[in-house]
Order: sequence, then structure tokens, then C-alpha cells
Amino acid sequence: MADTVSSASVPVMLGARGYPTALEWIARRAEAFVIPLAALIVGMALFSLFIALVGKSPVQLYETTWRGGFGSWFSVQNSLSRAAPLLLAALCVALPARLGLVVIGGEGAIVLGGVAAAAMGVAAGGAPAFFVILAMGVAGLAAGGIWIGAVGALRHYRAVNETISSLLMAYIAIALMNHLVEGPLRDPASLNKPSTEPLAEAYRISNIPGMDVHWGLVVGVIACVLSWLLIEKTRWGFAARIAGGNVRAAQVQGLAVGPLIVGFTALAGGFAGLAGMLEVAAVQGSANASLAAGYGYTGILVAFLARHNPLAIIPVAFLLGGIDASGGLIQRRMDLPDATVLVLQGMLFVVILFSETFYGRFKAFNPDLWQRGDLLKRPDLLKGPSLFKRIA
Amino acid sequence: MDATEIGLWGVPLAMLGGAIRVSTPFIFVSLGEAITERSGRINLGLEGTLVFGAMTAYAVAVMTGSPWLGLLAAAAAGLCFGLFHGWICKFRGVNDIAIGIALMLFGSGLAFFFGKPFIQPSAPDLPAIPFGGWSDVPQVQAALNVNVLFLIGAALAVFLWWAFRNTRAGLILRVVGDSSDAARAMGLNPNTVRLIATGIGGALAGIGGAYLSLYYPGSWTEGISSGQGLMAVALVIFARWNPLGCFAAALLFGGAGALGPALQSVGVTQGYYLFYAAPYILTLVIMIATSSSSRSLAGAPGELSITK
Repeated sequence: MADTVSSASVPVMLGARGYPTALEWIARRAEAFVIPLAALIVGMALFSLFIALVGKSPVQLYETTWRGGFGSWFSVQNSLSRAAPLLLAALCVALPARLGLVVIGGEGAIVLGGVAAAAMGVAAGGAPAFFVILAMGVAGLAAGGIWIGAVGALRHYRAVNETISSLLMAYIAIALMNHLVEGPLRDPASLNKPSTEPLAEAYRISNIPGMDVHWGLVVGVIACVLSWLLIEKTRWGFAARIAGGNVRAAQVQGLAVGPLIVGFTALAGGFAGLAGMLEVAAVQGSANASLAAGYGYTGILVAFLARHNPLAIIPVAFLLGGIDASGGLIQRRMDLPDATVLVLQGMLFVVILFSETFYGRFKAFNPDLWQRGDLLKRPDLLKGPSLFKRIA
Repeated sequence: MDATEIGLWGVPLAMLGGAIRVSTPFIFVSLGEAITERSGRINLGLEGTLVFGAMTAYAVAVMTGSPWLGLLAAAAAGLCFGLFHGWICKFRGVNDIAIGIALMLFGSGLAFFFGKPFIQPSAPDLPAIPFGGWSDVPQVQAALNVNVLFLIGAALAVFLWWAFRNTRAGLILRVVGDSSDAARAMGLNPNTVRLIATGIGGALAGIGGAYLSLYYPGSWTEGISSGQGLMAVALVIFARWNPLGCFAAALLFGGAGALGPALQSVGVTQGYYLFYAAPYILTLVIMIATSSSSRSLAGAPGELSITK
């Protein structure tokens, strides 16, 4: 909370207006940090209750989650590996969200990106590894970009609801993948699990030196940082934020909303397609049904938890990657079904969305109060029954 | 030609039978969603409700031996999900579409969590009425073996179509859906009306789920619903929030869904997976064809966020 800041650290941030500016700065940002954190804790508490109700020990559950996801170098690496596709899948939700669009069909872009990359990897066989991997990345980007870009185009030019169309497109993409993997692109040698031809060893993406985590993690982090720069520091991002706030206002200002929407959704889909490419080139070695592993859906949760801020996606993806990674251990150690992780994710999601209602309701987070310095003179303003009331 | 050898005629016949069989969950979910959307809210979580309803119905039917108790339990579970959605959406800043997505994940997660022990045992089926007794052709008999829920769904569609226009409750629902301000001026509480509408919508989706696990396909698996709950939402828009339109659209979707199995039954195996995507493609094409950026949708409830 804002009032826990020690006075010793404040002078460092003194602005032209002195003391209150620093507090104002903190108050403005504390809200976006404290509320999701509190929601996370409440969600965990509700989940503990659920686990207790089905007759298991919540303490053991959290201990197992910690051990499976974060407790050792081995498990941290496991979590990081799972975070890699989540970073990109979350961007597929977060970027359109800044334009006010709810795109939830990232799974489709992941799947098609993976298939396109695998096909490219086989077709370009023989070329130098660097070019093949690059071409695979471009293929993944393009496939995902076209897929979700189409959702954005339908939204803008035909007013087709993007939430429903993107999810329908995800189902179509999975059917298309099954068709391609079992038909035209099938490797005759893959008997039990239909797959495309395996990539040559030279075209596989290797691990980061010294870690058991592939380079996809670095790609994901870079994508998040670039997305943040795009949104916060460029005029396109600025235009997108205006259009996300009020489309009419953006159009009146002469902003090209159509190309903006198509561009942002295509980029978002491209990132998801890249996640599919990484799964193929670094994990699976070929495209098969394992591509539809649900990263697209967990990515939705990551993006909402990060409040569609690309930088916040990085820690959140690690957190949820860890929860994902501990699923197997929870299943084995505690004899709980593997859907336990799904229940936890669903609960967290509901609580996070509910927490949206608390923004702007706490006086302690109101920068104006801190700016005027009222609270320093009269700390009693924070107390009393009015604390919870919405500030007019 | 032998009467039982009907060759390619089997395809349209299997599609007719399939349309009746496959459409029933669409009918219930889309009617439920129509009630919810008429009140001005959209509940995307019906997909999760459908899956949870399927699991509940199957589990209760296995334990009690009565499919009807299973159906009742599924409706009650759906009601709870719907009421929860309706309650949580009344808070300022809580987005009904996002909550729907969350409940979609949560409902499926809970269903898989509790449904694990019920994948093996078999539950009693809901009864069907054979209307095909006049024919000697087994395919005709199979196609006209109509489940009671389909008939109930058809009757419900007609009833809702009538009730939306001619009853006090129907009028209240439409007023709240078209303008919260007008409803408040009439002394109605929009949140209460929406809570009830979303609750009823959830209960109907639960019944749709019960049909999935207790009649067709008739067993509980984790892949039991493949987006029916979501397609139903698109279908309601296509049907212009008209219950009779929902019924017709559900039959159309059912027929599209039956295309893959029907072709397979006469030996067409090429592009098997693509035919399975037919309902999704059809939904998308219909959405594209019926939407327009220059005019708002005719008959759309004014308070509905999805059409704004």
C-alpha cells in the first residue's frame, strides 16, 4: 500500500513539486499492483477452501505447487520452459485488448503457426540452418498473423464480433491442422501419433547455454519488451490507446482505425504463431496434435492478470507456467485429477475479473489526494467508512 | 434394389436424423442464451455450463439410476452457474464477456475435476420416441427415433416466441434489454431481471448438457462438447434473438454437424476433419454475412454490449 513507503526513499524521487509528486507517482502505480496481488491471494484462498472441501490438505497442495514449479533450479527451469509460449500467447490477447478487442482464439494461431513452420522446415531442408530457422519463424509469424489479422479485419470492416469469431477460427484451425497432419503433410513413419516429417537435428532450436530452457524464452521476453515499447513509446501505440478508449474520438481525430486494428491483431496473431513455431522447432520436433496443448487459453488468463501490460506479462507468465508445471506433481503426489490446475486457473480468472470493480474505489490510491498533500496534513481522511466508497 | 440398400440417399437421411439428434443441445443453449441476451447481457460461459451440466447429469444418473434426476441436477447446476454470472456482472467495471470466458474455463475445469470417476460406468439413457415405425428401412427408423428433449425444446421455442410478445414477463425482459434507464423509470431493477434471465439461461444450457451425456453421444468424456455452447451464442445473433429462429438455426447447425459422420457412413473418408469443421465454418460464414459495419443489427437488444 502507498502508506507503507518509508520516508527515507521518497526524497530520491522528489520532483519539481516536491514531496507530493513522489507520493502521487506511487499512488498511481500502487493500485495496479496491489489490487491484482490481493486478487491473486483471495483466489488462492478460495482454492484452498475448495481443496479442503474435497478432503485434501491445502498446505500440502501449496507445498507441492512450490516444489513442482519454483522450489528448485530444476523446477524453475521447467516453469520457464512453459512460460515461453505463454508470453507469446498472452501478447495475442493483450495487444488487441489495448484497442478494446477481446481476442481469445490464440490457440488457433499457435496451431497453424506450428504447422506452417514445420512445413517450411521440411520444404527448406538442405539450406543453412540459420536461414531455415529464420524462414520457419517467418512462416509461423505469417500464418498466425493472417489468422488473427483476419479476425481484426472482420471486426472492423464487417462488425463481426471478434471474441466469437476468433474462437470459431481456433476450432477451424485445429480441424485444419488435423486434416494436414493426417493427410497431405503426414510423415508415413508416424504410425501412432500422426505428425509431419521430423525436423532435421540441425534445424532444432537449442537450449540457452547453461540452462535446460530453449531460446524461445528469450524470444518471448523480447517480444514483450518490444510490444511494451510499441504501445507506450510510439505513435501507433498512442493511436491504438486512443482508439481503445473511444473509437469515435479516434476517427474524428483522423486516425486510421481500420489499419490500426488489422495491424495490431495481425501482430498479436503473429506472436502466437511464433509460439507455435517454437513449440515445433524447440520442443516437439514436428507438428502434431500436441500443438493444441491449451497455451492459447492459459495465455488469456496471463494477459488479464497482467492487465494487458506487456511488461507485467513476463512475471505473470512465469507464475502461471510454474502452476502449470506443478500439475503433474500434484496429480501424482496428492491423487488429484489433472484438471485441478484448470479449476485453480478458472477461480483465479473469476476473482481477477471481479477485482476490476475495485479500481478507483480506494482513497489511498487516489493520486489527486496525495498531490494536494491533504493526506499528509490530515491522515484521518483515509480512515472511516468512506474509505470504501467510490471517489466522485 | 433392396429397400435396405438406399445407397447415397443415406447421406441426406443421416443428415436429417443427425440434425434432429445433434441440434437438441443447440436448441436448449440458444434458447437460454436468447433469454439472457434479451435482458441485455451476454453469457459466453454457457460452454462451460454445458460441459458441467453434462457431467452432473451423467454422475447423478449413474448414482441414482434415473436419467430424469440427472436432467434435473444438470438444470440446477446450470442455474447456479447462470445466477453466479448474473450476480457478479452487476458490479461496476465487471465485463460480462470476460466473466463468460472465465466461467467457460472454470465450468470445464470443475467438470473434468469431478467427472474423472464417471468416465467408465454407463448411465441410463433418456428415452426416445420411435416415429419411424411405418417404414421398413432401418435408416429411416434410426433417423426418426426422436428424443423427448427435442420435442420439449421445440415446444419451448414456440412458447418463448409467444411469451416474449404476449406476457408481462416477456415485456419486462425486453424493456430491460433495450434500455436500463427506461426500465428504472418503470420501477424495475435491471440487475434483478438480468440475474433471473441469466439464471434461466444457465439452467437451459445445463439441460442441453444433460442431453449430450445421457442421449447423444450418450457418455461422459472430457471432449463431450466441442464448442456447441459457443456456437449457440453466435446462433442467437444469427436468429435475431427470435426463439423460432433459434430453433431453425439449431436444426441447420445440427445438419452441418451431422455431415461428417453421414459422409463417413457411406465410405467417404477424404477430408474427414474438414467436414467436422463444417459447423464452425457455417457459423463464421453466417456471422460475416449477417453483420454489417454500417447499420446496427435489426432486433438487437439495445443494452447488449456485443452489438455496440
